[in-house]
Amino acid sequence: MAAAQSKNMTTLQVKRFKPSENPTNTYLTDEKGVWAWMTTVDHKKIGLMYLVAVAFFFALAGFLAIALRTELWTPAKTFIEADTYNQLFTLHGAMMVFFVLVPSIPAALGNFVLPMQLGAKDVAFPRLNLASFYIYVIGAVFTFISLANNGFDTGWTFYTPYSSDTNSLGVIWVTLGVFILGFSSILTGTNFITTIHKLRAPGITWDKLPLNIWALYATSVIQVLATPVLAITILLLSMENILDIGIFDPAKGGDPVLYQHFFWFYSHPAVYIMIVPGFGIISEVITTFSKKHIFGYWAIALSSLAIAFIGFLVWGHHMFTSGQSAVATTVFSFLTFLVGIPTGIKILNWVATLYKGSIEMKTPMLYVFIFLFLFTIGGFTGIMLGALSVDIHLHDTYYVVAHFHYVMMGGTLMALLAGLHYWWPKMTGKMYNETLGKISAVLIFIGFNMTFLPQFVMGAQGMPRRYYNYIDQFQPFHQTSTIGSYILGAAFLIILYYLVRSLFGGEKASANPWNSRGLEWQATSPPDFHNFDHTPVVINGPYDYHKPMEEFQLGLAVEHNGHGHGEHHEVKTDQTEKA
Amino acid sequence: MANHSASHPAHVQHHFVDSDQQFESAKMGMWVFLVNEILFFGGLFCAYIVFRAWYPELFTQAALELNKLWGGVNTIVLIGSSLTVAMAIRSAQKNQIKGLRINLLITIALACVFMVIKYFEYEHKLHLGIAPGSFWNPTPEILEELSHPKANIFFGIYYMMTGVHGLHVLVGIGLMIWLYIRAGKGHFSSEYYTPVEITGLYWHLVDLIWIFLFPLLYLIE
Repeated sequence: MAAAQSKNMTTLQVKRFKPSENPTNTYLTDEKGVWAWMTTVDHKKIGLMYLVAVAFFFALAGFLAIALRTELWTPAKTFIEADTYNQLFTLHGAMMVFFVLVPSIPAALGNFVLPMQLGAKDVAFPRLNLASFYIYVIGAVFTFISLANNGFDTGWTFYTPYSSDTNSLGVIWVTLGVFILGFSSILTGTNFITTIHKLRAPGITWDKLPLNIWALYATSVIQVLATPVLAITILLLSMENILDIGIFDPAKGGDPVLYQHFFWFYSHPAVYIMIVPGFGIISEVITTFSKKHIFGYWAIALSSLAIAFIGFLVWGHHMFTSGQSAVATTVFSFLTFLVGIPTGIKILNWVATLYKGSIEMKTPMLYVFIFLFLFTIGGFTGIMLGALSVDIHLHDTYYVVAHFHYVMMGGTLMALLAGLHYWWPKMTGKMYNETLGKISAVLIFIGFNMTFLPQFVMGAQGMPRRYYNYIDQFQPFHQTSTIGSYILGAAFLIILYYLVRSLFGGEKASANPWNSRGLEWQATSPPDFHNFDHTPVVINGPYDYHKPMEEFQLGLAVEHNGHGHGEHHEVKTDQTEKA
Repeated sequence: MANHSASHPAHVQHHFVDSDQQFESAKMGMWVFLVNEILFFGGLFCAYIVFRAWYPELFTQAALELNKLWGGVNTIVLIGSSLTVAMAIRSAQKNQIKGLRINLLITIALACVFMVIKYFEYEHKLHLGIAPGSFWNPTPEILEELSHPKANIFFGIYYMMTGVHGLHVLVGIGLMIWLYIRAGKGHFSSEYYTPVEITGLYWHLVDLIWIFLFPLLYLIE
């Protein structure tokens, strides 16, 4: 035992210990049976349940995407009717946005990792956390009820008057579903903000917070500030359909552009809800596999918050051609360019982290490189779309489709895959097959670019988005794109195969297979029900790769039993002695 | 947990270190939720501002149909209930469980008075055919006073704003009944009254929103 003095002269006992390599009691063995899982308040199990649900919707929406691409093989009808086509692309978009991208990183991986990175036993409100999962499920049920009521073909944005004129029963159900789903997002955000403020283990000061936490913090702030606006918008839209109150529908005296303002006031920040947590994962993975301290810690941490802030001021760039005033359009265009700055800061800092690092090309790192490549293309094409004169030409074309697939799939999903592979050993206690992991990563890279690069070209040449038929000159592009989507589909099946297989026959994972300095890797794999055997005292920063591995053992708070306010109990490394 | 302190009081959940941390977390969580609520209502206020800017004469005309007297009574009732909920928290802090229950009961009663008055206001308007959206079917006398062609939009906004606010009042009543029952079972003391405190915060916000709704809808000229 050794004693350490903190700034306000509280004495903390610090003991060093190593995580056990063969944990006998883990969160997976703690309680068994379906009922125990369904009623669990453990953030790790809830994270896994979210992961399964997200994977289910991803598979469903991905299957729809492949059906859509198959339909576009020929200029006219290939195998589905035009109306069905409209419903399928609407469903693909709505599911991917609301059921996959928004909850994927924060609610699935974030739920698992956040308390562990903070050295906490759970999130601040575990029961709310479980409630948010069930709210998500109820939202999904509403969407399926909508499908049973002739579905909806308004596009995922539910613009009026499409959404108030066509098939209102299906639209009512799905909009109520999205309304409900919003609360799941709000609860997760509220939970995370409180947890980060109040439940940090002793020693975790704000400058020792992992960048993943900073990213999740910025995300939660957006979730809390933007999602309620979507909720009220969608509620008004439902009332428009149920009661005809006439706020948005021009036929009833309302204003459709008002709807677009309301909708994008949420939905533009929402794209940052999707991508910012991805940035967090990239920061974690890139340091671990470069064996190097992150370059520009504060620049990356604060640029997440800057993105969250500026992200609220750019919604009008979705409406350049909707008839908003020329002044507003110019201001929104300028503000849109500003978002590029913090994003660029991040990319440059990540690349600088790689510089002179000892890079280990494991699967998660491969996804980081894919991310850097694809997301940069997505970002630059976003700047082009933010330029007014260019946007007049490119709006509502496949160029836009390609752009948001490069940022959302090339950005968020690649980060999600990086994080999934990175934390898989921690979550399951098993190693996935590295060879198959690398093969599928390469296949995804090839398939992705084959699918979406041609879409930039045909978009620039004038192919409108959402069209069922097209003129013959676009056929080669569409066909390349379709073949690419098959390669993507195959790659995801390989991932599914080796991940599921690793659960049953996978090699046992050690506590810290990547030699990471992160706090979550100081727990056993898989972790104990309470995450750590003892409330940890954090002595080192999460990216201190310049220190030898044996210094990365946890302190143990005895006297104060690990109070959650890092700043009151800061432990100075230089004052601790070896036990 | 090896160091799961045996001195943990029963009300402290397993993942908190102590009572203070739990109390502060709950309070902060509620504040974040209130920020949420403000943005939620913010959308409605925004719709109000836009339509009022477009049709200023409609708003002054339509506001005459609303009953200032009963709206004013309701405002006083809600402000009074905010006072009693604050007194309930004070009683809890001073470990006066009887005072806590009495104050909760008065708050519940005042909230119910608010809803009853609101019910009669709604009922009167619906009787005159001043209903939202497609149910808009005013009597000829009303149509004479309210000749504006977009009159139904004002009432669409009115019903949405007061309706969503009314739902919040109902939720508040539910929460306070729950608190009243728990207080009766002896769950609260000066050591632990977190649910009372954060329900109080919620109730003040519901009150505050009404304080904005009342002049914006009833008192414009």
